[in-house]
Amino acid sequence: MNTQFSGYSANPRIRWTEWLPWLAAIAFFFLMPGYLSLGARILIFILFALSLDLILGYAGIVTLGHSAFFGLGAYTAGALGAHTALSDPFVQLAGAGALSALLGLATGALILRTRALTLLMLTLAITAILLEIANKWTSMTGGADGLSGVKVGEVLGLFRFDLYGKTAFLYCLAMLFIGWWVVRRIVYSPYGAMLTGIRENAARMHAIGAPVYWRLVLIYTLSAAMAGMAGALLTQVNQFVGLNVLGLEPSGDILVMLILGGVGRMYGAFIGPVVYLVAQDYLAKQYPEYWYLGIGALLIVVVLFARGGILGILDALLRNKKAV
Amino acid sequence: MHSLETRKLCKTFGALTVADHIDFRLEPGARHALIGPNGAGKTTFVNMLMGALAPSSGEILLGGEDVTRIAQSSRVRRGLARTFQVTSLFRNLPVLDNVALGIAERLGVATRMWRAASAHREIIEEARELLAGLELSAEAATRVADLAYGKQRLVEIAIALGLRPKVLLLDEPAAGVPSHESRKILASLEKLPADIAILIIEHDMDLVFRFAQRITVLVQGVVLVEGTPEEIARDKRVHDVYLGEAHA
Repeated sequence: MNTQFSGYSANPRIRWTEWLPWLAAIAFFFLMPGYLSLGARILIFILFALSLDLILGYAGIVTLGHSAFFGLGAYTAGALGAHTALSDPFVQLAGAGALSALLGLATGALILRTRALTLLMLTLAITAILLEIANKWTSMTGGADGLSGVKVGEVLGLFRFDLYGKTAFLYCLAMLFIGWWVVRRIVYSPYGAMLTGIRENAARMHAIGAPVYWRLVLIYTLSAAMAGMAGALLTQVNQFVGLNVLGLEPSGDILVMLILGGVGRMYGAFIGPVVYLVAQDYLAKQYPEYWYLGIGALLIVVVLFARGGILGILDALLRNKKAV
Repeated sequence: MHSLETRKLCKTFGALTVADHIDFRLEPGARHALIGPNGAGKTTFVNMLMGALAPSSGEILLGGEDVTRIAQSSRVRRGLARTFQVTSLFRNLPVLDNVALGIAERLGVATRMWRAASAHREIIEEARELLAGLELSAEAATRVADLAYGKQRLVEIAIALGLRPKVLLLDEPAAGVPSHESRKILASLEKLPADIAILIIEHDMDLVFRFAQRITVLVQGVVLVEGTPEEIARDKRVHDVYLGEAHA
């Protein structure tokens, strides 16, 4: 396969297919006004998946703890909205991003010298610890009941979060667009190329003079900030935070979404959450007991037969068509 | 001042001594070979020089500066580069990117996050020139994994050269390559800039005796003898432990 998704041989020009997700989102806004809250949720998880793709897909950092940052961001926005007068959505977003970045820096510096299983367990431990803190620190987080009464002001002082979720959807879409733009820049930059090098052969990166550890810590911090902002968006849209943003389950969910869509190809992070959350929404209504079965079966098929995820399957189909 | 020097360098793994008080000097612009039977500790020595492996005791000096305790990446930035005995490349990336990654590190642009990598013309042009010098221009866009093994060995050298090293450590550059292709590699080595000090580890004795001006023989972590190729070829002890075995 010669298609380059990053690096010195890649063409950074935006292809027409890359506009499709945005066209689809705008079409969705006008055609399905009854599903905007599901839509906003999908956009948020795309941003979350995108932040995971940056470290997993490009830098090769395997983690089961990415919810730590998502959850910290969610609770930061929640605490600001419920306990302080800081109700401006962008202020909450910035606060969430900053705190999550700090946690990413601190934990990344601690754990990124390790690899594979050790790293996996450490990431999991960190989000588990945060879950326990959120569970016990009820005055701040509301504990198991969740944190309600989160005040979120108008976006830019103009657009109130309305009952139909129009503002929420467009706000999330705008934030996702910015996030995508930043990730795309990084992926095609020398830094992105360097991360791909670390994923491909870390020993060689050392031998060409790259301080691998610090490079990983930096991208981990950026990814954490992004995940934290995604978490903050979820809080703002729901005006509520529950414990389900922390721990193994949301970490596993986002990992499954990304693997379903396709790892290390940027748009896998778009397709995965759409398929997963739509399936969840539909199947959970039809078969509330068994809907995970469908997701599980899909995951098995993808992992066994299509290592590139759904996007990989589409790529292969398109290539075959061109070859004919 | 020597380009590279070790003083009483030792490495032990438990009871096993793989480097035993190695005193070694590499002069600027040297063409120096390190030979010895399998298990003599040659690759371990290179790993210690690079900083991939910490010595048990002793000192490593690069350009007169003690680098024994500094990280591999810092040594590379001070002008030390290596190739790997077992090809260690970015297999899923094009040849051009393999070389460009190193050049970007040397020029300090590897941490830039905004402008596209492919817009950094200075890197790409230098990578193309380097590949042209090694007759790899036609393969610039080929994924390394799709390359013939002999050419992969050349990419190994190309990456190291992109770092513009003052000292280059070549760990068996012709390992696993059929003899007609190893001649190509030798030809490339002979064209390397004369001011680079080169230490080559090699089993192919023809290549060693054609390329090297000095030879060090390492046996079980101990320097047995050092001298010119003629002196080494005449040395009785070398014949016993090494050449005798290879030419039997």
